[in-house]
Amino acid sequence: MSDPVIQIRGLSVAYGNQLAVRDVSVDIPARQITAIIGPSGCGKTTLLRSMSRLIELVEGVRVWGQVLFHGQNIYDPRVDVTEIRKRIGLLAQRPFTLPMSIYENVAYGPHLHGLRKRKALDAIVEKELRAAGLWDEVKDRLHAPASALSVGQQQRLCLARGLAVEPEVLLCDEVTSALDPISGQRIEARLLELKTDYTIVLVTHVLRQARRLADYVIFMYMGELIEHGPANQVFHDPQEAKTRAYLKGEFY
Amino acid sequence: MRRMRFRRLQDQFAGHLMAALTVFAASLVLLIAVALLMRARPLLDIKPLGQLLTSSDWRPLHGEFGFLPFIAGTLWVTGLAMVLAVPPCLLCAIYLAEYAPRRLRETVKPLVDLLAGIPSVVYGLWGTLTVVPIIRDVITPWAGKRLDFIPLLHAGNPTGYGVLAGGIVLAVMTFPVIISVTEEVIRAVPDGLREAALALGATRWQMVKGVVLRRSLPGVIAAIVLGFSRAFGETMAVMMVVGNVAQIPRSLFDAAYPLPALIANNYGEMMSIPLYDAALLAAALVLLLVVLVFTLAARAILLRAVRRAV
Repeated sequence: MSDPVIQIRGLSVAYGNQLAVRDVSVDIPARQITAIIGPSGCGKTTLLRSMSRLIELVEGVRVWGQVLFHGQNIYDPRVDVTEIRKRIGLLAQRPFTLPMSIYENVAYGPHLHGLRKRKALDAIVEKELRAAGLWDEVKDRLHAPASALSVGQQQRLCLARGLAVEPEVLLCDEVTSALDPISGQRIEARLLELKTDYTIVLVTHVLRQARRLADYVIFMYMGELIEHGPANQVFHDPQEAKTRAYLKGEFY
Repeated sequence: MRRMRFRRLQDQFAGHLMAALTVFAASLVLLIAVALLMRARPLLDIKPLGQLLTSSDWRPLHGEFGFLPFIAGTLWVTGLAMVLAVPPCLLCAIYLAEYAPRRLRETVKPLVDLLAGIPSVVYGLWGTLTVVPIIRDVITPWAGKRLDFIPLLHAGNPTGYGVLAGGIVLAVMTFPVIISVTEEVIRAVPDGLREAALALGATRWQMVKGVVLRRSLPGVIAAIVLGFSRAFGETMAVMMVVGNVAQIPRSLFDAAYPLPALIANNYGEMMSIPLYDAALLAAALVLLLVVLVFTLAARAILLRAVRRAV
């Protein structure tokens, strides 16, 4: 197994008095797709969002433990959270395009971080739209509002936007669940391509999707990490009774 | 069967009644405008409206009714109020919507809304008893010494009653409208959009400025227009502090005489002067038309902004 990019150590997350993630420790391998699976409400999205401190946007949330990114705890108060989020990107469940043009959506991130040169921005926009498989569909209307795109196109635009700040890690939160099957397949194909350059963590409640994409699997149940390991092992030879039951479809 | 027919009649009756009431409410503006026009006719028949609007000669006893000083007074006071009110209100609304913890927001918001319920005469008293003396005793003498070279700030009026006092009182009166509506408009922006910006490494301020405000711009403009309409027609509080001198103000310290004050002060008095009644109703008509024009213009801007931004 390659070196872990993210190491989670004793992480617990609570909303008010409700523990959503309970003492989780696990490593996320580099340049692979790690799928977090488990029944709904098991804490998989919470776990994903604590990896770039986006969980802190929820009011009344409390976090214990550590998330080490290249050995540094991102919850250390001295850490610049904007830098962390630049390097650990997010693709959300529903595409939220920014209220601006297609071009500006992709250029927004690099612009935030100080890139002003038009030529350089042009190059990034084309490169990332190609990487997201959207370039051919939008190259003639880059300055049209992003809201004019279909939902599937918007999700690929969000992917391009996330890639444009050159993150190392891409957190994907049920990214195909709001899409039609064809658009979903397109996103999946992109993720498989991207894993040669990026570390991808994918939350999904679709077991077949995890089987198609995952190299590494984390199974959660009721806020606890039950089992984790290479996809082959977890899918074909699960060690825990709960994992076996879930994989057999005995609960969702 | 019978019961059935009764229910259907009842349904039809309710439908017609509500439709009639809606038509009535919608046509009120038109009815008021027509009534004002009819009553202003005697004056409009001898003097064209264009001349009334551009003349600054106000001598009712000589039959001269120039509205320009009053229109100018209204624009000065309202304009100053908006300049004073809009920037702090927007920052306050942004703070409440984006930065303040929920407990603080839920405490402050009702307090701000309470401001809207204070009768305007109370604002007028506050203006007379607090704002005017401060302008008279502190600001005017200071400006006379330091800022007199700027024509807009020439301290030629020592009384404290004037555009500045009116603008300050009006600004405070528009606070609750602008803050409340802007805050709600900003909070209506979906959290997913905030998350999208923050996930790219935006700071909170970058996120607010580049994404949230951009998305809520049409609503923010609507909030400002609402505040503007409140300020434009406000009568009592302004009348108590602006000095009521029929002149075109040249400086912030000059006295002014806005249209609503003119009407409220004089209607019912001196009605024996020929055409005076018609002149005041023409003033009311002008006020109505200006508010209408501004509201429609704001709406046009709004529609364009909506089409562009979303």
